[in-house]
Amino acid sequence: MGGIMSIVAAAILGVVLMFVGLISKKSSVVRTVGVVSFAVLLGVSIFDFTAIETVGTSSFFNDMLSITRSGAWFNVLISACAFIYILIFNKSIANVGKNDAEYFALMLFIMVGVFMLSGYNHLLILFIGVEILSIPQYILAGSDKKNIKSNEASLKYFLMGAFSTGILLMGITLIYGHAGSFGIEQIAGSFKGEMSALPLIGVMLLLIAFGFKVSAAPMHWWTADVYDGTPTAITPFMATIVKVAAFIGFINLFHGAFGEIHSSWKLTMAVVLCATLFIGNLTAVYQQSVKRMLAYSSIAQAGFMLFAVFSLNANAEASILYYAVSYTLASIGVFAVLIKLKDYTYEGFNGLGKAHPVYAITATVCLLSLAGIPITSGFFAKYFVLTAAMEQGLWIGIIVFAVLMAAVSVYYYFRVLRAMFFATTEQKTLFEVNSTEQFLLIVNAALVILLGIFPQFVLG
Amino acid sequence: MGSEILVILLLLPMVGALISFFVKGTSAWFVGVAFSVLTVLLSIVAYNALGADGFILFKHEWIPMLGANFNLSFHALAFLMCSLTGLVFLLSIIFVDAKQIENPSRFYGLLLLSQAGLLGVFLANDAFLFYIFWELALIPVYFLCSMYGGENRIKASFKFFIYTFIGSLLMLVGIIYVHQQGATPNFSWEIFTATGNGLPLQTQIVLFAMFFLAFAIKMPIFPFHTWQPDTYEQSATPVTIILSAVMVKMGLFAVITWLLPVFQLAAEYWKESIMILSVISIVYASCMAIVQTNAKRLVAYSSIAHVGLMCAALFSYPVLGEEHLGAQAVALQMFNHGINILGLWLLVHVAEKRFGTQDLREMGGIAKVAPIFTTALVIVSFANISLPLTNSFPAEFMMFLSLFKSGSTYAIGLTVFAGLSIILSAIYTLRMIQQVAFGPSDEAKNKAFTDLDWSQTIVMAVIVTIILAIGFYPNLIFNLLNTMH
Repeated sequence: MGGIMSIVAAAILGVVLMFVGLISKKSSVVRTVGVVSFAVLLGVSIFDFTAIETVGTSSFFNDMLSITRSGAWFNVLISACAFIYILIFNKSIANVGKNDAEYFALMLFIMVGVFMLSGYNHLLILFIGVEILSIPQYILAGSDKKNIKSNEASLKYFLMGAFSTGILLMGITLIYGHAGSFGIEQIAGSFKGEMSALPLIGVMLLLIAFGFKVSAAPMHWWTADVYDGTPTAITPFMATIVKVAAFIGFINLFHGAFGEIHSSWKLTMAVVLCATLFIGNLTAVYQQSVKRMLAYSSIAQAGFMLFAVFSLNANAEASILYYAVSYTLASIGVFAVLIKLKDYTYEGFNGLGKAHPVYAITATVCLLSLAGIPITSGFFAKYFVLTAAMEQGLWIGIIVFAVLMAAVSVYYYFRVLRAMFFATTEQKTLFEVNSTEQFLLIVNAALVILLGIFPQFVLG
Repeated sequence: MGSEILVILLLLPMVGALISFFVKGTSAWFVGVAFSVLTVLLSIVAYNALGADGFILFKHEWIPMLGANFNLSFHALAFLMCSLTGLVFLLSIIFVDAKQIENPSRFYGLLLLSQAGLLGVFLANDAFLFYIFWELALIPVYFLCSMYGGENRIKASFKFFIYTFIGSLLMLVGIIYVHQQGATPNFSWEIFTATGNGLPLQTQIVLFAMFFLAFAIKMPIFPFHTWQPDTYEQSATPVTIILSAVMVKMGLFAVITWLLPVFQLAAEYWKESIMILSVISIVYASCMAIVQTNAKRLVAYSSIAHVGLMCAALFSYPVLGEEHLGAQAVALQMFNHGINILGLWLLVHVAEKRFGTQDLREMGGIAKVAPIFTTALVIVSFANISLPLTNSFPAEFMMFLSLFKSGSTYAIGLTVFAGLSIILSAIYTLRMIQQVAFGPSDEAKNKAFTDLDWSQTIVMAVIVTIILAIGFYPNLIFNLLNTMH
């Protein structure tokens, strides 16, 4: 059974948490169970990975789900990231509203979707995975029920998500019509010789649907409002773990099933990634709220991850894993500081360096990582995706363009940094300091640097 | 001790930085001094341990899957640069009073971090490692520039950061490209160079431009210099010193190790254009220096002019790879310029502090009350004009000669225009001496001007001694460079 245990465990733990919410009204109990659940999930995914290591790829449900070594490794990494996220944010998640157990339960259900996307071998499982990933998110986005922005985020996310699901289904249908099967291998095998335009339209529809999920331009419009309206404790989960899971689904489909017809979608992909980089970075420059800036920066980062989808080689698949971890850790570190502040504008960060040096320095490491400065993991993340793209023979002008966009990103990331260290504030303290949290943030920043010096830990 | 000494040389400043961050108050000053002394001493020890071939090589695999190595290499030029780095940090830390610095533990910690980055650039023998250190040297300097200095420092240092960052990112794309073309992708200098030279001319031309842009911004060469006067003017003196005395040399050093040997065909293609650009840079910067009324901006432009000459001389070889006058002279002048500009900045710093302004027109009339200051200023300024018997004279003379013999169609024109810079530099430097030190001394502010204190006098004495010693006997350095192969 090794390989599928993490999916089972995530589902069971989710149900357990819902019952814990019924039995105990004490937030501390719920939080503890939540943290323990994610720890157990990490343990199970490691167990799965070791099992896969010994037996190789294992398939389930008539080969509809097939867990490869790299898929299982992704599950371990993403569970570890989720665990770190829960450790740092569990208190803030519980404070969002009254139904604290449900928030943790929904996140565990999302993890089921995450694991399905890393292991699907059949378009139906892909579809179910995408839905399991999305539906709990619509609820989570609206979890701050009395806040109108949260409600707006939830509704907008739901409508956009439903819309993209429709496109996804349409695409799947057209592909099925061509290949006569939902299996990934069968689909890949069907793209030989002459074929009609319909499956190509199907591929484009799937590209658009996934574009919605990973907020690639021009399908990015929902992102800023949704990330901004969602309670700050939830946003990092959506912006990181869910987004990179969607990327894994994206890359598995386009490399696994449509690799054969790479030439027919690579131009579209190149255009989409350029547009995403351009819009994400340029719009982020003009934001006044750091939370919105981070939303646009997540679009910009998605632009870089699209390089991995574009490039059809082994390096690309390794690079997306690394990018996922690097981006997730760095975002968590920045959001952990943001959530402590009352004022989300850049001015809210003024004087943080003096008032709370530990928070400021860990956030700095994470911001430098997002900007891609060496000896942080973000540098290698960008390095690997660009190398993969260059290996694929992407026109060097696009790589130079991407690099210039990375330079633009320095502007808005460093604006936070400038506020923290070079601006002053009259207040002595900006928020209550929590020593456990400080310790966790230091561990998180240390991981960012450690992975920036020895990337082989993630690439395995 | 074997080649591990290079690792120690590189890591010690980082250790120093860590200690400094956790030490309270002015004891951080001692940490800064101690670890800079260690850098100088260790580079001397390493120099004495040079093998018969003139190299110490340290090799270690870093990220095998990428072909990135932790390779370090030490030779005569690296020795000059490492000892210059240590010396410049040491003298400027001693000279500038620690009591005037807010939060000294942070200040000296960041200084030592940037020192580690600089040493890494001079020692790296692997393209990837080189890039990492190239960026790493920048980050602490960015923080230093933004935290200490004039009113507009945040804006100025951000401009500086963005400029250099764009340059180095383009270089990174070039590095990745070359790396991928290798038969067995590897970043080590030997393989990187072989791969680079194996590329067709058209590709090399583009890659050369990408690398050179990064280095030209750092040096800086006209028209990529616009960040420099602002940043120099706004930063605190010790930071300005690091920027102009050492970081500028990163660009020149990188041209010598990472550009000329890697793209030899393209170097041949570009060399004339770069010489012309450098000479334009010299004349432009000299003219700009003449019209400056701000002491720091004047020194900044003067620095562009000197660096322009070094860059032109680097490309003035008749046949690449063979020994030529220019390369030797540039190596010497890289050291000299570091020492001279260090002296100039320190003296300008004193003048700025005592007069309370950077405006040259508000200074003057202190020759009588501050004889030590004035003597030092005169000697350092003469070195800046490269008068005979100062250290720059033999170096600049050889550079002009090399430019003249370069075999370029425009050799004579280039030499004449570059030679103009001597006259122009005499104009602005002498005017600066006159405005800073001489003139009527009847006002209270002139009489209240106190001379250098004893520690500052010692620092200036060291600088003046180096200037004169090399001026009288340039073989001091040339003999040392002859161990280079």
